[in-house]
Amino acid sequence: MFPSQFEYHRAASIKDALDLLKQFGDDAKLLSGGHSLIPMMKLRLAQPAHLIDVTKIAELRAISESHGKIVIGAAATHDTVANSDLVRAKLGLLAEAAAAIGDVQVRNRGTIGGSLTHADPAADYPATALALEAEIKLDRDGGSRAVKAADFFLDLMTTAIQPGELLTQVAFAPIPSGTGYAYLKYPHPASGFAIVGVAAIAALDRSGKFANLRVGVTGLGPKAFRATAVEAALAGKAADAATIAAAASKTADGVDALGDIHASSEYRSELARVYARRAIQAAVARAKA
Amino acid sequence: MAVIPKFVGARIKRREDPRLISGTATYVDDVRLPDTLTAVVLRSPHPHARINSIDVAAARSAPGVVAVLTGEDLKGKVGGIPCVAPAEHIPFHPLLAQGKVRFVGESVAVVVASDAYLAQDAADLIDVDYDPLDAVSDPEKALADGAPILHEEFGANLATRALIPNPAVDEAIAKADRVIKFRIVNQRLAPVPMETRGVLAQWHQASGQLTLWTSTQIPHLLRSALAAVLSLPENRVRVIAPEVGGGFGAKLNFYREEALVAYLSRMLGRPVKWIERRRENLATTTHGRDQITYLEVPVKNDGTVLALKAKFICDMGAYLQLLTPAIPGFSGLMMTGCYKIPAMSFEQVMVFTNKMATDAYRGAGRPEAAYIAERTMDMVAAELGLDPVEVRRRNFIPKEAFPYATCAGLVYDSGDYNAALNKALEIVDYPKMRAEQAEALKHGRYIGIGIASYVEICGIGPSAMLPPKVPGWESATVRMEPDSRITVLTGISPHGQGQETTFAQMAADAFGVDIDDVAVVHGDTAIVQYGVGTFGSRGLSVGGTAVMMSVGKLQEKLKKIASTMMEAPPDQLTFTNRTVALKSDAAKAIPLQAVVDAAYGWKMPIPGMEPGLDATSVFEPTGCTFPFGTHIAVVEIDPDTGVVTFLRYVAVDDCGNIISPLLVAGQVHGGIAQGIAQALYEEVVYDENGQLVTATLMDYAAPRARMLPHYELAHTVTPSPLNPMGVKGVGEAGTIGSTPCMVNAVLDALKPLGVRHIDMPLRPEKLWRAFKDAKKA
Repeated sequence: MFPSQFEYHRAASIKDALDLLKQFGDDAKLLSGGHSLIPMMKLRLAQPAHLIDVTKIAELRAISESHGKIVIGAAATHDTVANSDLVRAKLGLLAEAAAAIGDVQVRNRGTIGGSLTHADPAADYPATALALEAEIKLDRDGGSRAVKAADFFLDLMTTAIQPGELLTQVAFAPIPSGTGYAYLKYPHPASGFAIVGVAAIAALDRSGKFANLRVGVTGLGPKAFRATAVEAALAGKAADAATIAAAASKTADGVDALGDIHASSEYRSELARVYARRAIQAAVARAKA
Repeated sequence: MAVIPKFVGARIKRREDPRLISGTATYVDDVRLPDTLTAVVLRSPHPHARINSIDVAAARSAPGVVAVLTGEDLKGKVGGIPCVAPAEHIPFHPLLAQGKVRFVGESVAVVVASDAYLAQDAADLIDVDYDPLDAVSDPEKALADGAPILHEEFGANLATRALIPNPAVDEAIAKADRVIKFRIVNQRLAPVPMETRGVLAQWHQASGQLTLWTSTQIPHLLRSALAAVLSLPENRVRVIAPEVGGGFGAKLNFYREEALVAYLSRMLGRPVKWIERRRENLATTTHGRDQITYLEVPVKNDGTVLALKAKFICDMGAYLQLLTPAIPGFSGLMMTGCYKIPAMSFEQVMVFTNKMATDAYRGAGRPEAAYIAERTMDMVAAELGLDPVEVRRRNFIPKEAFPYATCAGLVYDSGDYNAALNKALEIVDYPKMRAEQAEALKHGRYIGIGIASYVEICGIGPSAMLPPKVPGWESATVRMEPDSRITVLTGISPHGQGQETTFAQMAADAFGVDIDDVAVVHGDTAIVQYGVGTFGSRGLSVGGTAVMMSVGKLQEKLKKIASTMMEAPPDQLTFTNRTVALKSDAAKAIPLQAVVDAAYGWKMPIPGMEPGLDATSVFEPTGCTFPFGTHIAVVEIDPDTGVVTFLRYVAVDDCGNIISPLLVAGQVHGGIAQGIAQALYEEVVYDENGQLVTATLMDYAAPRARMLPHYELAHTVTPSPLNPMGVKGVGEAGTIGSTPCMVNAVLDALKPLGVRHIDMPLRPEKLWRAFKDAKKA
């Protein structure tokens, strides 16, 4: 497990990172935790000539509240997110998802920006980013743009990030009080990734009907997605078990489900339906509490 | 003066642990010698292919490269890897493939360079022209006509066949009320030690000596094998097993890289190191199990089992490692388990496939046997509508019957199977648990209770039970140093088991000294007398007995000397609190140091007595020990997902007398973890074309703590009559009891669906399908 030769660059600032990206172009890879990149380099499946480490950029590590949003720096580790008082108080769903990632070692190094950029179809964050309607900030030389989570994940390990862009921040609206949420995950017995992970956020009106519901699903298909058919089926409907179950049965509709020795595509689809049902029910129970 | 306590039986923390948990232990890769070169092995991506040519020119001229070798370069210069177990066909097992590759990961070339990075760069430049051939990974298909042949010289893929016929079995089948037939699979597993394999070789040109550091369970046996392969005199070869980070049987072997790295060091005159990568470990370190068993079980309607007839298909993989064809024998011999089954017969067909070789893995044949016996008991219970507890009780060997000669020709030393079963049933409150299970089912909850009463074979043993070059005896030297501290040199080579603790406990008590006064030394053939090794839970019962024999010899000498100094007969003396004292009056004592001074002194108190305090012994057991126990698991299965939740796990193990309770608990914990992992998670998967699917730990489901239950441990104590400590061995018991226990629990939960059997690993998807199919039906 010895990577081919590469040059390591520690970016001191966002500008520094962008300059390095510009300088090395396709020969460079960003390093932000490296829990997916380094194993691929050790197997020589990836052989970048330059690594640009962005995890030492102070402003990328910060978690703050500004203009009514919770803003998480791209290099914030999963452990930092999971244990941030701010995140726990106002973005409980994100804290729960962060705590469900990998193991302690992974959480101590892996970062939210690294995970979202890598867009592994079985990663935990994407489902949560979708359900929380995160806004992802991409910086480039001379400017930046914000991309909605729904527009960010394009395909298997493919995102809206363009060459020369650096994911710098992820912004979330705080979860309003009275809104329930849950992240339920079926972990892969070997890798710990999600065979299926479902993030649900639910708010009910006074009559106990869904006023708001967002469901993000990871693990099932080539990319994480919003279960819009499920959300639509429940819009304005009573939050009872039968109604939820009927709607959740649509979770895997139209998804080209993945399969491996631990879970075939058929089983994975069923897990998605079951976990969606349970995640929505759990979110509803919390909304009522 | 403080009184020195007794250590045997006390909850002593492992004396190995401080260096292990502080990261200061020395594994092979921690041994650094100046001018060391690094070897990287180029491996076959093909399960089966002809090698047309290998172009190493670019690799040879790459930066930092000192040598590049292929199989052709080794022809006639070095021997092959030995298999010491008897087999009809033993293929030549080269260090680097010659003409053909036969499994994914087979070594094809080796690059030696100044560091691992440059070696890998150069290995990437080697161009191998392969002609891919059809491959076979299913051992039953490998036996069929027209299957791709691995070793053309044998004409077929049959490695060997073992047949234990018995006409009484067919008679039993003819007169039985019923004959239950089924097929079960013990799937292929990867041992996955935390420390992968690793080798460092240093050739001393001037003296013609070779030193080899290697992560092994058997340094002495390896020295003999290595000397033979390299045609070196054995007294010029030194093998050191430094800290070894787990073996589980996979390091009870002699591997290509051990010979190759030694060869390279001699060829290049410089130290050469090779450290196995995790991917190599999963592909090229021996696997375990991989047996298919067809069973016929004639029974009476009351649940009495009249005989057991089995046909095994045993997957050897592509080559035979040290003991590959010997492992299935234990599965056959032990398959009647704890039961007084009057007759058994079996046929074992051992087959070559395009896979890594199988060999010993924690339990080595006995987990397969216990799985057969305990699935059989549950099958009988299900078939006849009896409680699985009742079926076991009806068939148990009664405690009065020990020593008990089984129909397989083994003699079980001692046992009380009902006692262990009863204790486990009591802890779990069996009747209450069954009532809860029935109540839960009314609410659509599927709870299962699984029982496994196992017996296994340990402390091997009489040498006749093993191949000639792997004897069953063990050695120990016990030395009392001039300062009266004790050094124990043991021929076993522990690699995590904890004999530095247990042997120190035993020696300290024997001489009335503190445990810190004892040092246990192992794993270096230049320091320790020839020994055999650590495997088959033999360390304490065989190695420990050798220690106690040497302890006894030293005690005798010390007492003789002391008796002249104290003017008391030797048999009236005892060792206590660092003195030699009168048994009848501990106040009448002389310091142990005074006796030691006399033994080492200019003037022995007994004229003619040999000075010094050093005794060596070899223990050859007359029989094996047979630990046993009952494990009970209670699980619940989610019908929507097939996910298994653990409710209880009770293990009652009887390993005879217990020297070190914490070590026993540790062994049981680890054993259960690996056994449950076989039941629920682990499987080495090769696809039908022979590609290795579980090539990384991202795919191969080694168990994590979160995937295991809370253990409730208890013991019964039935001493073995075969050694002075009355111990039996506990290194593998957990692995042996837990697999059938967990499978029985899961299948018990599925009983309302009419499911009789599902093969391991019981992945949630398989269980979900059982619910789905039941709904359909």
